[in-house]
Amino acid sequence: MALQLLEPVLAPADERAARRSLLDQIAKLEGELAQLFCTAFPRTGFEWGVGSRGGPRLLSLGELERVRDELAERLQDNRSTLSERTWQEEQKRCLVEEMLLEPEEHRWERISNAEIGEPGCKHWHVRPRYGLIGMLVGWWRVVISSGCPLAKGRGQSAAAR
Amino acid sequence: MSFELELSRGWIGADLAAEFPDLALLQVSMEARPGKTPPPVKERLREMSNRFTGGKAVQVRQQAVPWAYRVFFRQIGIDPDERRTPVEAAALERMRAGAFQSTNLLDDALLIATVETGVPVLAFDRDRVQGEVGLRVAQAGEQAPYPLRGGEIVTADEAGPLSVLFGEPNPDRGVTPATERMLLAAVQVKGVPDVSVEEALWTVTETLGAGA
Repeated sequence: MALQLLEPVLAPADERAARRSLLDQIAKLEGELAQLFCTAFPRTGFEWGVGSRGGPRLLSLGELERVRDELAERLQDNRSTLSERTWQEEQKRCLVEEMLLEPEEHRWERISNAEIGEPGCKHWHVRPRYGLIGMLVGWWRVVISSGCPLAKGRGQSAAAR
Repeated sequence: MSFELELSRGWIGADLAAEFPDLALLQVSMEARPGKTPPPVKERLREMSNRFTGGKAVQVRQQAVPWAYRVFFRQIGIDPDERRTPVEAAALERMRAGAFQSTNLLDDALLIATVETGVPVLAFDRDRVQGEVGLRVAQAGEQAPYPLRGGEIVTADEAGPLSVLFGEPNPDRGVTPATERMLLAAVQVKGVPDVSVEEALWTVTETLGAGA
């Protein structure tokens, strides 16, 4: 097919300005969403996807508006979720401090890294010293776990151990 | 190896150019055959795997060049969290597989360029491309390699589409074991500096040269 046969469909000048503005808004929102994604990591439970429009293709003005609106909505939702989550994490961090200061006041309390928004499997656990004796006498302490279990395969070498 | 690349700019369809004034297709032709990956390139992939950690993979979307492609994906109706940009897809695969896997010389060269510069590079068989290559909007019924509805953005030559943008090339236009000359093309979008695109093409040609 010769290129000359392809007729370009150009948007009118007034629509062109609106499209340019929408494209810029989408770029700005995408930047903010990417920043939020990195801030929120490694927390889970966020929805980042914004519906596909069957691209790659030139979107209509209405479709560009919908992409912009969905990005803005997603950004707003995730910002409020993150804000709520960080507040809860702050409360848990305070609780860890209190547990360390007065373990007997927080018997059997257990806080994990995930609850304070950190990666890894570490957790703080208020447990009695010397088991039953500690329980009876009131000797409580915070035990900090040693982290994630070591990665072990299920193959021959693991079986040989 | 040190040499100057003879880069040329492909044409951009009028409607695409009006919508995306910064969109460009930089390309270079070279004599190269596909084949097995030589040990130095495998070593380079291994080193790249070691440098590319989980933290870096998470931060990819915040870096200027990968972010520019994410934005472009959004603007052309692709959700980059559903269909990843090439550099994010490579990062995800690195995390999943534990390393950048070597497949063959050409794919490894494209992977190295994409990861190191953030710029995706496409490869076609130069001898099966007719005339100048560019980007345009497809007409209904064109093949790339499946029948298109019309309106898709494609890389094309004077005979028709070579591939849907960022998709696999048409089997009859892509690189095959019989290929002797390749056409390498990099899509430049708003926010991606010329130097990154040139570096991407240079990286591919240098890596393919290492296998010669």
